[in-house]
Amino acid sequence: MVLQLLSAGAAGAVEHAATPSWAMFAYLVSGVLFILALRGLSSPATSRAGNRYGMIGMLIAVATTLVTHFPAVVNPDGETPAAIEHGLQTVPDFGSFGMIFAAIAIGGGIGFVIARRIAMTAMPQLVAAFHSLVGMAAVLVGWAAYLNPQAFGIAELTEVAGSEVSGLSADGASAFASAAVVLKIHAQSCIEMGLGIAIGAITFSGSIIAFLKLAGKMSGSPIMLPGRHVINLGTIIAILGLVGYFTMDQSLWVIGLITLLAFIIGFLLIIPIGGADMPVVVSMLNSYSGWAAAAMGFTLHNSAMIITGALVGSSGAILSYIMCKAMNRSFISVIAGGFGAAPEASGGAPKEQRPWKRGSAEDAAFLMKEAESVIIIPGYGMAVSQAQHALREMADVLKKEGVSVKYAIHPVAGRMPGHMNVLLAEANVPYDEVFELEDINSEFGQCDVAFIIGANDVVNPAAKTDKSSPIYGMPVFDVDKAKTVMFVKRSMGGVGYSGVDNDVFYMDQTMMLLADAKKMVEDIVKALAH
Amino acid sequence: MDFISILSIFVLACFVGYYVVWSVTPALHTPLMAVTNAISSVIVVGALIAAAASGLGAAGGVSKWLGLGAVVLASVNIFGGFAVTARMLAMYKKKEKK
Repeated sequence: MVLQLLSAGAAGAVEHAATPSWAMFAYLVSGVLFILALRGLSSPATSRAGNRYGMIGMLIAVATTLVTHFPAVVNPDGETPAAIEHGLQTVPDFGSFGMIFAAIAIGGGIGFVIARRIAMTAMPQLVAAFHSLVGMAAVLVGWAAYLNPQAFGIAELTEVAGSEVSGLSADGASAFASAAVVLKIHAQSCIEMGLGIAIGAITFSGSIIAFLKLAGKMSGSPIMLPGRHVINLGTIIAILGLVGYFTMDQSLWVIGLITLLAFIIGFLLIIPIGGADMPVVVSMLNSYSGWAAAAMGFTLHNSAMIITGALVGSSGAILSYIMCKAMNRSFISVIAGGFGAAPEASGGAPKEQRPWKRGSAEDAAFLMKEAESVIIIPGYGMAVSQAQHALREMADVLKKEGVSVKYAIHPVAGRMPGHMNVLLAEANVPYDEVFELEDINSEFGQCDVAFIIGANDVVNPAAKTDKSSPIYGMPVFDVDKAKTVMFVKRSMGGVGYSGVDNDVFYMDQTMMLLADAKKMVEDIVKALAH
Repeated sequence: MDFISILSIFVLACFVGYYVVWSVTPALHTPLMAVTNAISSVIVVGALIAAAASGLGAAGGVSKWLGLGAVVLASVNIFGGFAVTARMLAMYKKKEKK
């Protein structure tokens, strides 16, 4: 399809003006403010100021764009004296301006209401949903740039012989049969745009699947298609090939096919990944949304977008790396998927019934009251049963009894990086009582009670000892060194996401507290009161 | 701007991102994701350009509507992302000194 066929006369009028230098500077400032927004997150104390820097940066970027690209129409009625004098004239188009404001108001209103109402436990799926919006916005912007490349200043008018127009023809092409002027998008912009659309589309469909899995609207267990590696690799190669071809043939079908294949590959990539690997997936999609923004920034020659894209892209990539390392799994094996499949009675001895001890809330309360130090290890189960408030109450009572209480958080606990920290913060747990794995692991030797609530794989000693275990090599908490281990768990039947049995259940010093996490903690609080 | 200066900005920003993100405390990784999400919606700049452009023919008209759609999506993200980050960050408190 032709983007536009124009006679040489009209061509000059729609020439795109270069971005003024003050605007380039303003975009740079907003890029720097975004850097400061992330920098602020190095400590909770500075984080709130950082978030404000981010908002100011966004405001500057939006305002600059609206000023430099104030909607205008060329010669709306051709009758005005100015138009007659100067030929073509642009006048402000307040209708479009109003529509843009309406669009911002609608989107902003929806976003604001969602942000206010969302439960903290639903944060992983909210982040996934937000990622999908960035992805879709990138696709839409890419398509808009393709359909109206002059507005983005990425195309130039090229004279071609009439015969060469074939395949690119739009209505009216025949009128310029001899020597038409065709709008051709720069080859470089084609690649940037094609990649931006592809990455955006992958982000969109991948995030939708991640959202459905995290929200429990779709089974969290991996769905394996036969020959999926071949299909995936083939599709990715096809997309790259099409992006290359797009530089030569700017037909609608090429960009359409790129978009379609990218939607499909995003879907296929996330479908086989299990629930426990979601922290990696969410971080990875975070990274993709950044690269999509960066690709669009290249197309638009916009420094704010490029800086942001690079920041977000590297942020997501680093988070994925941290998550993978915390599970001792390679990024490739996570992407290849399949972790967390139904346990296939994996290797080892068949599950014999081993003896374990069941405790009651009263026993737990008694032991913890007598203890000097308690370390609480929360996991996804705490999030599911919303036990964080009850847990903090329990800790408060214990602290009043003179017990030292600390929280230990594994990097992959929960369904997204930092998931447990947010929930504890919501329950008013001071952040200086919350410790990371490497900072607290040496303390289990001196601790009286390790209180495990809703976690499983992150305390499994098999990760240290059993080379055949799927979680071998993953750093875990040394709870076996604690004098007493209390394990809050719904039943003995279920095992962690890895599907591995846990030796901690059967240790002499372990007391299994079988109940819903929230109910058990509330019962302990009641028992402590006596 | 020519390609090489854009590429320079990009590469240097990747390095800045690398060092800045490693300095983020793990306790704030969820707010980090929420705020990166909000700022990656700077893609709204592209959406605004498309929505503000004078439509040339049918393709230009479609482009304008796609731009407006992208403005809506990006705005959900900008407002939602910053608001939810602010909400989370407000919860992180130090131990109260009694």
